[in-house]
Amino acid sequence: MHKEPFLRMSKRESIGLGKVILIYAAALLMALIVSAGVIVALVHMNPVDVYKAIFDGALGSKRRMWITIRDMLILLCIAVGLAPAFRMRFWNIGAEGQILVGGVVSAALMINLGGKIPNILLLVLMFAGSAAAGMIWGLIPTIFKASWKTNETLFTLMMNYIAMQVVTFCVVFWENPKGSNSVGIINQSTRAGWLPKTLGTDYFWNIVIVSILTVAMFIYLKYSKQGYEVAVVGESERTARYAGINVRRVLLRTMAISGAICGIAGFILVSGSGHTISTSTAGGRGFTAIIVAWMAKFNTFIMVLISFGIVFMEKGSIQIASQYGLNENASSIILGIILFFLIGAEFFVRYKVERNHK
Amino acid sequence: MKFKKLTIAAVAALAVAATASLANAAEPVDPADVKVGIIYIGDENEGYTAAHMAGIDAMQEALGLSDDQVIEKTLIGEDETCADAAFDLADQGCQIVFANSFGHETYLMEAAGEYPDVQFCHATGFQAASSGLANMHNYFDNIYEARYVSGVVAGMKLNEMIADGTITEEEAKIGYVGAYPYAEVISGFTSFYLGAKSECPSVTMEVKYTNSWASFDLEKECADALISDGCKLIAQHADTTGAPTACQAAGIPCVGYNVSMIETAPDSALTSSTNNWGIYYTYAVQSIIDGTEIDTDWTAGLADGAVLISDLNENVVAEGTAEKVEEVEAAIIDGSLKVFDTSTWTVNGETLDSYVKEGSDIDYISDGYFHESEYGSAPAFDIIIDGIECVAE
Repeated sequence: MHKEPFLRMSKRESIGLGKVILIYAAALLMALIVSAGVIVALVHMNPVDVYKAIFDGALGSKRRMWITIRDMLILLCIAVGLAPAFRMRFWNIGAEGQILVGGVVSAALMINLGGKIPNILLLVLMFAGSAAAGMIWGLIPTIFKASWKTNETLFTLMMNYIAMQVVTFCVVFWENPKGSNSVGIINQSTRAGWLPKTLGTDYFWNIVIVSILTVAMFIYLKYSKQGYEVAVVGESERTARYAGINVRRVLLRTMAISGAICGIAGFILVSGSGHTISTSTAGGRGFTAIIVAWMAKFNTFIMVLISFGIVFMEKGSIQIASQYGLNENASSIILGIILFFLIGAEFFVRYKVERNHK
Repeated sequence: MKFKKLTIAAVAALAVAATASLANAAEPVDPADVKVGIIYIGDENEGYTAAHMAGIDAMQEALGLSDDQVIEKTLIGEDETCADAAFDLADQGCQIVFANSFGHETYLMEAAGEYPDVQFCHATGFQAASSGLANMHNYFDNIYEARYVSGVVAGMKLNEMIADGTITEEEAKIGYVGAYPYAEVISGFTSFYLGAKSECPSVTMEVKYTNSWASFDLEKECADALISDGCKLIAQHADTTGAPTACQAAGIPCVGYNVSMIETAPDSALTSSTNNWGIYYTYAVQSIIDGTEIDTDWTAGLADGAVLISDLNENVVAEGTAEKVEEVEAAIIDGSLKVFDTSTWTVNGETLDSYVKEGSDIDYISDGYFHESEYGSAPAFDIIIDGIECVAE
């Protein structure tokens, strides 16, 4: 006799927006409860204080707020860059590398041309150079995929390591003193090649650049013909071909855009945030951004919320770690818990779970 | 306790005295109102940072500060997160902020420029004097003195191995696991080598770099590679227990850094050269309380107890080591023994009588020795001497 399992899962045909919000809200609530539980167990403090510390760490002072915004913008920028690639089901695991080569080009221009040409020109060159470098880094695996059907997941991943070696190589020339592996702040006294402080904030231009990219990408994916082609190729390459779409061209064009935006993220990191270059400049953001892009279902406005949420919790848990003498790795645990629940919520959005009735 | 005021500090102080020293010598602060911030590159699992943490604890105890007067930030990278941390500590009302990694320096200077009333102190750096910021300071211990002493321990061990026939005189080769190829590391391994050579004249040394400050796997691999290259004793300027772990497995004696390695390698560890950072932290925070100036370049060594070697592992060290260590330490303290005495080392077979670095007019060599850490607290000795073979990658 065939025995039916107690629970049955089936793919949802459709789901109302209200239900989606409810599922995510429940996930976030559970994430907060579990992570607070972990913290309480570790440091024996009142859970309310835990939430207060999280809030304090992320937004507790003007400077902390700006740091949260700065880091959120960078994560968002990368996620926006990854969106078209993943929409096309092109597994671009290489954002780290695309960011790094973009950053290296910015740093190289800052070091070699800083003070020698007008700052505006330098910034434009850095922006364009970083975008071009990211684009090339994204195109190499795509050309191989389009021509010889190589696996883009592995290829883009490997490109990250090559980019890291490129950075290591450049650091050898730029480090001060020789052998110390530390470039330090570039043009600290002249600030040449730094995105200038505007309207009282160092991050004004970061906001401008990332906002434009976010809006443009939304429109591009949703309303442009090219965006539609990206979606069709993502659904089924054969359908795309049948519909007369030049798949090779779409692949190359989309990854050129994706790589270029990641390269721009490298520019923002070097010119508008860290003002240095090292192998850890990308710092894993290229991977975190994949989660952001996927969870937002490639809607760049939802990405704003998700990247804010992730950076908010990251800064908050770092504050807890520092305030209560925990190791900073404790914040990774919290982030892990939150991502676990949020990604888990995905499941309930896509599938429904029902009890079997006799 | 007497602290060596460095010449460069004096020069720098003169240069900026007119405008800056007023800002630097602040009002005395009630010990109950003192707030101290520290930025660490690592955490308690990494030897170098653990040693700094121990120093902060010692300072806290010596000055009677409560836990909420000391804010520690761990695992801060050498990038904008360091500036974020420094600004944040200043925002929280710290009167003094320390950072312990070389690459933190420019970020700390960034914060020092914006908070002229907060004192910023950076370990291992070299730019405080030239930064023109009165509230920016460098500090580093004369670890080369302790490294020399630990080298003596290693040399005696090699002599014992030669005497009992385990190795021949020519085979007396030390392997050194270094972090990065620059002065701090070069000064460290050279002093260690000279210590070993003072006991065992035939000794040579091979240095390999991990290009990382703290990586257990890389350090272990590096030590294994050195052992297979024929090294009979391993020492390190890297921050984990990777090398001692490899030595314990291979049955090869080793000298550690930062912390005693006896627990990790009970049959291999001889001793470790260590820093007692508590001396500086107590001095610097006491200066805040008293409202006195902090040295622009601070350094102290064996004489002040700022550096030392950890307990000798009696099961492994050669006979008579304790007595010899005492004798050498006494000689360094009274100045009769100079670690970088030019008569004990050569470059391409020649003895140096002058050493001026590019872009500077300081001659480090005079009176027959290299004046390490006298013109700036960061180590300056960056000469590869005969007998040492460096494999840079």
